[in-house]
Amino acid sequence: MWIYEKKLQYPVRVGKCDPRLARLLIEQYGGADGELSAALRYLNQRYSIPDRVIGLLTDIGTEEFAHLEMIATMVYKLTKDASPEQMKAAGLADHYVNHDRALYYHDAAGVPWTSAYIQAKGDPIADLYEDIAAEEKARATYQWIIDNTDDPDIMDALKFLREREIVHALRFREAVELLKEHREQKKVF
Amino acid sequence: MEKGQNVDQWREWDAYYSPFDPCSPRQKYYLIPPDQMTTFQSAGLKQYSPHEALKRGTLWPDLYSPYPRGAKEGTR
Amino acid sequence: MSSEKSLPKAYYQYLHELQAVDFVLVELSLYLDTHRDDTQALAQLQQFQKRKHNLVAQFEASFGPLYQYGESQTDAKHWAWADAPWPWQV
Repeated sequence: MWIYEKKLQYPVRVGKCDPRLARLLIEQYGGADGELSAALRYLNQRYSIPDRVIGLLTDIGTEEFAHLEMIATMVYKLTKDASPEQMKAAGLADHYVNHDRALYYHDAAGVPWTSAYIQAKGDPIADLYEDIAAEEKARATYQWIIDNTDDPDIMDALKFLREREIVHALRFREAVELLKEHREQKKVF
Repeated sequence: MEKGQNVDQWREWDAYYSPFDPCSPRQKYYLIPPDQMTTFQSAGLKQYSPHEALKRGTLWPDLYSPYPRGAKEGTR
Repeated sequence: MSSEKSLPKAYYQYLHELQAVDFVLVELSLYLDTHRDDTQALAQLQQFQKRKHNLVAQFEASFGPLYQYGESQTDAKHWAWADAPWPWQV
C-alpha cells in the first residue's frame, strides 16, 4: 500500500500569473513521457522483473507520484484564479469548455493519456531500456519547457525535476549492470 | 566518470546549410547528461549539503547537470 | 472572495528543513537499491532517519499530522488530518 505525506517533495513556487505556461506544463502531467506515465510504467513492471531490481522500481515509481503532484501544483496555481478571458488568451479555451479549471490527464496538445504510452515486455532488459529512454525523454521535455518560461520560480522547480530524470536514468543503467552480473549465488553463512 | 560537473556536457554540430534555406543558420547542440558518463556510481563520492542537494536535485556533484546551457549558448 | 489564511513563516522554514532531510533519504534510498552493501551509505541513512524523526515531531506539534492512516500522532479532540491547507495550496 501507500502512505500519503501531506507535503510536496520540493517547495514549488509560482512567481507570475501566466496561465499560458499551464498549457505547456500539462505535457508532463498527462503526456507520453510525463510523470503519470513514468509512475505507472515502473510500478507495473515490478510484477515480472527479477527481485534484484523490484526495490528500485518501487522507489522510483513512488517518487514519480511526488513529481506528478508538483506539476499539478504548478498548473493549479497558474489557473485557479484565471478568468475565462485569461484562459482564452492563454490558449486554454478548448480546455475550459470541457474541464473548466479541472486538471485532466492529457498532453500539451490536448491528446488524452493512454496506456499505449507505456511498455511492459516482460523482458527485463527491454523494460529497463524503455525506462532509461523514458527518463532521457522526460529530461529533454523539461528542457524545452524551461526554454519556454521566464519565471525564475517555476524554472527552479523544473530544474529540480529535470535533474531527477538524470539520477533515475543512472539508477536504471545500474540495474541493467546488476542483471548482467547476476548469477545464482548460494548464500554462505 | 565522476568528473561530470567538470567536463562540458554540451556537444555542437552543424546541419547542412543550403543557399535556399529561408532562415539564417543556427548552431545546433545537444547534451550528454552525467548519467551517460558512467555505468555504475562509485562508493563514497563527494556530497552536497542537504539544502544544496535539494536545490540541485541530486546529492552528488558528479551527477549534477546545469541547464540552460551557459555562456556559449546562442547563434553564430 | 478568497479566504487568505496566511501560515506563519515558521511553517515554510520547518517544511523546507524537512524537505531537505527527506531528499537526502530519497537519494540514499535509490542509491542503496543498487548498492545494497555500502555500509557508509547505510550509516548515513540511519543518521538522517534520526534527523527526520526529530523534525517531523517538531513540525507536527505546530502544524498538524504529516502522515495518513494513523501514522502520525493524533489529537484527542480534533481530526486535524483533514484540515486545509493541502500541499498544493500553500
